Amino acid sequence: MDRNLGILVAALLLVASTTCAIFNPVSESHRSAASELFSSADGSFGSLEETYEALKTFEVLGIEKKPEIRTSACVSVVKILSSTSSALKDLFHALRVNGVLKCELNDQDFPGIGSKLKDSLNGANSLLDFYYSIGGLMLIKDQTSEVDVHISDADRIFRSIKALSQSDGRWRLNSNNPESSNDAAGIALESLAGVISLASSEIDSSLIATLKNDISKLFDGVEKYDDGTCFFDEKLVDARGHEGPLSASASVVRGITAFAAVSSENLNLPGEKVLGLAKFFLGIGIPGSAKDLYYQIDALSCLESIRGSVPLILSLPATVLSVTKKDQLKVRVSTVLGSSAPPLSVKLMQIFVSGSKDASVIDQKLKFDPENSVHVLETLPTNVDVGNYIFSFEIIFDEPEHKNKYATGGRTRVPIHVTGVIKIDSGEIAILENDLGSVETQKKLDLPGESAVALSANHLQKLRLSFRLTTPFGQVFKPHQAFLKLKHESGVEHIFVVANSGKKFEIILDFLGLVDKFFYLSGTYDLQLTVGDSVMENSFLQPLGHIELDLPEAPEKAARPPPQPVDMYSRYGPKAEISHIFRVPEKRPPRELSLAFFGLVILPFFGFLAGLFHLRANLKNFPKSIHATFAILFHLGIAAVLSLYALFWFKLDLFTTLKTLGLLGIFLMFVGHKTLSHLASTSAKLKTT
Amino acid sequence: MVKSATTKDAQALIHSLRSAYAATPINLKIIDLYIVFAVVTALIQIAYVAVVGSFPFNSFLSGVLSCVGTAVLAVSLRIQVNKENKEFKDLPPERAFADFVLCNLVLHLVIMNFLG
Repeated sequence: MDRNLGILVAALLLVASTTCAIFNPVSESHRSAASELFSSADGSFGSLEETYEALKTFEVLGIEKKPEIRTSACVSVVKILSSTSSALKDLFHALRVNGVLKCELNDQDFPGIGSKLKDSLNGANSLLDFYYSIGGLMLIKDQTSEVDVHISDADRIFRSIKALSQSDGRWRLNSNNPESSNDAAGIALESLAGVISLASSEIDSSLIATLKNDISKLFDGVEKYDDGTCFFDEKLVDARGHEGPLSASASVVRGITAFAAVSSENLNLPGEKVLGLAKFFLGIGIPGSAKDLYYQIDALSCLESIRGSVPLILSLPATVLSVTKKDQLKVRVSTVLGSSAPPLSVKLMQIFVSGSKDASVIDQKLKFDPENSVHVLETLPTNVDVGNYIFSFEIIFDEPEHKNKYATGGRTRVPIHVTGVIKIDSGEIAILENDLGSVETQKKLDLPGESAVALSANHLQKLRLSFRLTTPFGQVFKPHQAFLKLKHESGVEHIFVVANSGKKFEIILDFLGLVDKFFYLSGTYDLQLTVGDSVMENSFLQPLGHIELDLPEAPEKAARPPPQPVDMYSRYGPKAEISHIFRVPEKRPPRELSLAFFGLVILPFFGFLAGLFHLRANLKNFPKSIHATFAILFHLGIAAVLSLYALFWFKLDLFTTLKTLGLLGIFLMFVGHKTLSHLASTSAKLKTT
Repeated sequence: MVKSATTKDAQALIHSLRSAYAATPINLKIIDLYIVFAVVTALIQIAYVAVVGSFPFNSFLSGVLSCVGTAVLAVSLRIQVNKENKEFKDLPPERAFADFVLCNLVLHLVIMNFLG
């Protein structure tokens, strides 16, 4: 999805500027990406399917594989191929890996596998079953000659696969599933190509004709972008769980290549669409995942050898040329994997200027350099000055019959960026009197170079800076950037754009009008001139010197200059210390005073005891014998409660206290009632008697 | 002359009060003594607060109220125990004393909680 969006955005940008792009064939970066992405921990890649993908990619790119990969993969291959209960899918993948690695297998295994595959082929009813069984039989055919893999009822099988096709050229995976996909179409085409090659007798040619029809309908449904790329998109997730244009296009390419190889006559595939598919796969660049890299490389290897329309890619090693250094334009024509093309010549037909409708017809043939196998344009046409252009090339074969074997896509448009050294002269800076325009000071400037002028002006004067820019061919040149910057010693900056009329660039700063803008800051201002453009090889940013400006005093209402950013490091440095204000604790009295009063408070108690003594209070009425215990327990209970209160104050919490108090209270009630009722009855007896 | 008459009257008054007081039963005198003890303790605490300030105010309140509370309970005990008091003729003094103890215990629980 992201890639789709990315491609769409890139295509839109291209449409906005021009509809051309550069596609480069497979290069060293693909090889290093393959080595990185397909790295395995111990020589194994997980499943056999992933192992096959890695091996195929290494084979196409010409990368040496490590011996550990072979040993661990062969172990699983042998295990699956020797067992009698392996699934159809596993047999297919194991046979594929064996085809690349050629493991040591028991010769008795192949006949068993062959008969198993034939049985599943006869009983197959879904597209994937057909694919795996036919694919397996094709692989056995390549790996051993002992097993007879020919299919006797090829017609019936052909028709059953064909029955799953739709009218728009796509296929369904099985008869129960109504959804069709491009991926399934690719699988079906591969299977049908296998059927044709394994058939023991000729298949009805009308069936093959309808298949050709299906392929052309499939191509009608291809999606295109303006830069010439074509691809097959997938709207839903297919049976194998992959989604997106990459896997769908790769599957279709595989199918078409397989079919083109077995078909007796030329398929007449649409050349620009095949070239568009090649551009799609090359336009991805280096994919990020191993699976995507496999799809890309597998599809490109199919396109490299597809019968009837092998795409040829026109690429440029360098698209930036310097007029000053007299660079030569070099063009390479190669196949998608980078192999050399048949003998041909490249002609530069037209040159367009980017962003305008100018075009000139050139029709010049490039010279072929056989050592580096590039086509060279020795001198650029005379009207090519600095700027952005689009060059339109055409490929012409030396032998006319190659036109039927290769697809070149007519004209190829390539963006070219021509740079050069821009001449700067007549640079001068002057201070002018305001009213009359008469020159007070004038200095010549050496641009670009070293110059340090020292000027002074007041607010009644003007500053004038002028220079001329010319291209290497003497034309008018307007750069992207032409700025004059004045920077005050306090850091405040002002930037002005230098405007041009024709070749002459001039700026006049009238200080009387700028006094407000400069925030009335007098002092030394540093002058800096910047002139730059992407086609200018000598863009520069040059300090010119300084100017002492004498501006009047700022009135009250004038704007303050903006605060300059503080030093980067101090912004993140430690901040000022915060002194917290805490609540001042209450003043407590001195300890001795508190202790003195404590003693004073205890005194009344002794006074109470003394008073009791004085009153001759006695314990004569204290209960005797049995009731004495209750009385004692009563007093002890009260003492216990009071000590509980003391403990409560020292450390207990209310809940524990209340619980204990409850228990003590019950006890106290009981003994108290006993004692006091006894006392009450005693005194009542005394009263009556 | 007037002064001496006043002082003489005051002295006579105090003398009659003292003799009347001597006639009170001893248990009432004990209760009176207890009340005086409680009030004096309260006064000392107030004097302390007057000197050092009322910073832990809750503690001051707790202390003073405990003294005042127990004095009040003692006063009510005295009223109930006093035989000359016709209202409480049928109330046995032990019962009044039990009430006094119970109320004091509750008061002191609250006081201890509030002491902080």
